[in-house]
Amino acid sequence: MTNSINEIKNCDFLFVIGSNTTETHPIISLEMRKALGNGATLVVADPRKTEIAELANVHVALKPGANIPLLNTMCNVIIAEGLYDKEFVANRTEGFEELRLGVANFTPENYAGIIGAPAETIREIARGFAKAKNAAIFYTMGITQHTTGTHNVLAVANLSMLTGQIGKPSSGVNPLRGQNNVQGACDMGALPNVFPGYQAVTDPANVEKFSKTWGMQQSSKVGLTVGEMMDAAHNGELKALYILGENPMLSDPDITHVEHALEKLEFLVVQDLFLTETAMLADVVLPGASFAEKDGTFSNTERRVQRVRKAVEPVAGKADWEVIAEILTGMGFPHKYCSASDVFDEMAKVTPQYAGMSFARLDEGSLQWPCPTPDHAGTKYLHQGKFSRGLGKFSAVDFEPPAELPDAEYPFVLNTGRRLYHYHTGTMTRRARGLSIIYGEESIEINPADACKLGVCEGDQLKVSSRRGSITIKANVTDRVPQGMVFTSFHFAEAAVNFLTNSACDPIAKIPELKVCAVKIEKVS
Amino acid sequence: MADITLQINGQKVTVPAGTTVLEAAVQMGIDIPTFCHDPELSKPGACRICVVEIKGLRNLPPSCVTTVTEGMEVETESEAVVNARRTIIDLLLANHPQDCMTCQKFGDCKLADYAYRYGVRTTTFIGDKTDFPPDESSAVLSRDMNKCILCGKCVRVCAEIVGRNVYDFTSRGFTTKVAPALDVGLGELDESHCVSCGSCVAVCPVGAIVEKNMKGKARPWEVKKVKTTCPYCGCGCNFDLNVKDGKVIGVTSNPTAEVNGRHLCVKGRFGYDFIHSSDRLTRPLIKKDDDFIEVSWEEALRYVVSRLKDIKEKNGSEAMGVLSSARCTNEENYLMNKMARVAFGTNNIDHCARL
Repeated sequence: MTNSINEIKNCDFLFVIGSNTTETHPIISLEMRKALGNGATLVVADPRKTEIAELANVHVALKPGANIPLLNTMCNVIIAEGLYDKEFVANRTEGFEELRLGVANFTPENYAGIIGAPAETIREIARGFAKAKNAAIFYTMGITQHTTGTHNVLAVANLSMLTGQIGKPSSGVNPLRGQNNVQGACDMGALPNVFPGYQAVTDPANVEKFSKTWGMQQSSKVGLTVGEMMDAAHNGELKALYILGENPMLSDPDITHVEHALEKLEFLVVQDLFLTETAMLADVVLPGASFAEKDGTFSNTERRVQRVRKAVEPVAGKADWEVIAEILTGMGFPHKYCSASDVFDEMAKVTPQYAGMSFARLDEGSLQWPCPTPDHAGTKYLHQGKFSRGLGKFSAVDFEPPAELPDAEYPFVLNTGRRLYHYHTGTMTRRARGLSIIYGEESIEINPADACKLGVCEGDQLKVSSRRGSITIKANVTDRVPQGMVFTSFHFAEAAVNFLTNSACDPIAKIPELKVCAVKIEKVS
Repeated sequence: MADITLQINGQKVTVPAGTTVLEAAVQMGIDIPTFCHDPELSKPGACRICVVEIKGLRNLPPSCVTTVTEGMEVETESEAVVNARRTIIDLLLANHPQDCMTCQKFGDCKLADYAYRYGVRTTTFIGDKTDFPPDESSAVLSRDMNKCILCGKCVRVCAEIVGRNVYDFTSRGFTTKVAPALDVGLGELDESHCVSCGSCVAVCPVGAIVEKNMKGKARPWEVKKVKTTCPYCGCGCNFDLNVKDGKVIGVTSNPTAEVNGRHLCVKGRFGYDFIHSSDRLTRPLIKKDDDFIEVSWEEALRYVVSRLKDIKEKNGSEAMGVLSSARCTNEENYLMNKMARVAFGTNNIDHCARL
């Protein structure tokens, strides 16, 4: 997030696109409610009638994959009606002409059908966003999990820069991160293209710096992403894989492919709390420690670094960081860490955003990065006065439909996401008694009109099939989903929706298109 | 805004105009009892336990809704005030079960605290008591409306913060009861529309709403509270893990939590059973002939290291890969990055950021 969570209540225009906020980020949705109570306007763009969509002043029931048409038409209206922030565009951005030409054809009338909203509604939203004192965009995987994910994000950035709605309190671009420490994992360099602190592996200066710091020559070759690792394992190039606290056998698209890939590895180590679907395939399983059993830090979606404190002893005797440190030692790189705090200190030395932080400071209160020096108070919102790269760059992006759309054989769009009561592959939440009582079985949302056509009633078992596999799952007949779409989560192994999903990826970020694939539905008699 | 100077218990204090007497007293470190007041919620001024004596005023006004005026002279524990508070407690006890010994809230109950503070041992008003059946329909909360003192904080927190309006006052007079619409059970989620977030349990001053899974597990003074960060979504909520005898027995709000204050979602507040789940892995496993064999840490780590070294030697660094975890700490992710880049010699490291 470029803004902070406690700035949300002072937004006067919230544009939520592709985020089921009340279920996936419940506490952030409370702040949105505060903004609404203060008189803010809420616009939600989502194919489904989610709870946040029901709270909205305007709900655009976006057709699957129509993010760029919506964002581009908004830019088109704002430019055509002269509503853009001319001073911001002139002083803080470059490439305006490219954007202007890029969106010239994106008139609301041209794209209303593709977007699924009347042209006048699109104009109204565009005007409201441009004219608001503090407008902020909030998005989640509805923007990113598409083959055009990166372009979708660029389109979001175009809109915010065009209107000068960024770089100030309560106004900016706010991707809501879905997992407790996904921000931190990225910050720490658990990515194939960057060292800790987003320092590119392709920059020779960074390679030299880290080679020196770690006493080991670093590679400037960008590594493989999750999906690419699966492909490399499949074709025999990747031989050994060490998986910590992940369950790709449920979370990754096209599980059949993942299973074949993991089985072909010469050696698979899985470190986890439980014998997960993925751990079952491992050669060695190392017991993990839960968040309650170790010290450390998590970084939340607003870049806030907070302490995780050990409350009980590790069930298996070791915290995860100790196990990893011992393996480093065994591999010939002896460690000198006595505590998680020691690891943090070493990390802070090589990670500029965290350089001013220490456990001693974090015990006094959390800090938001960038926090470059020990006397720096942290950063509430990003891009004040200047973007990280200097000038904000507009990028013209064109509409590309999703990789797999419905056809005669597979007539429905399958959309996937999360539920309030569960988390990721359910290894933790499904072992919580209360959560399992409340939401113990998954179902698939299907529109009443579609259900009627197929003769499906609430609770019927459905066989849902794509080109990659099929699952059996209970029907939930509801108008939360539009006609022609079905929706379910990936939390339940018994109805593992990722057997169906498409592993087609965004070519830049390599994120799979988990929001759109084509399926057919049959009633199980 | 202009500043106002007033006296509370003979001490002078200067506060901005619009400040309430209660807020001014809190600022001075003076403890005025409250039931219905909550700084985060609207102020009904209903329970009257926070009454004070103000020179020149005929009655005892509630300090939570009385704004300060210049030269105001306030007494927070005068005889009249103490008598009024005793009467209020006496009246509350008149319709309150005397089952403190088995009450989950024992030791952390505002009614008991104030009864103790003002020496109200039992009620002097003998009469009927309400006899509502307990509501055990929720999977995570137990509600006993016989213990409710009708402060309305659960009603307001659900309406004003959570935005769901699950509760309201029903019926009138002696039979007044806080309940979901049509008096359905809280756990009848399709009817009550409760999302089981437990913000109501976080504000309840008595034992009327308690966490079901903590019942009978520990008294407050037996519990070690450890403030930590939630392991679920990216909001970064903080809460207290409640620990007894080396086990996490519950989660409670920690008002100093920077992101969320006392509010949590159902996962954060009630999703911790996995920690002590009976199927947690406790020993490393090595697969031999398709079966997992339990081994010691030493043996497992020795084996892992030797296999990894072998494969790296034979096939080179690019044959190695690491999947780190968005579930794990920064420190662990940093070390996994070192495992890939230093020990394996490859940038083949990723995690589930895209999922």
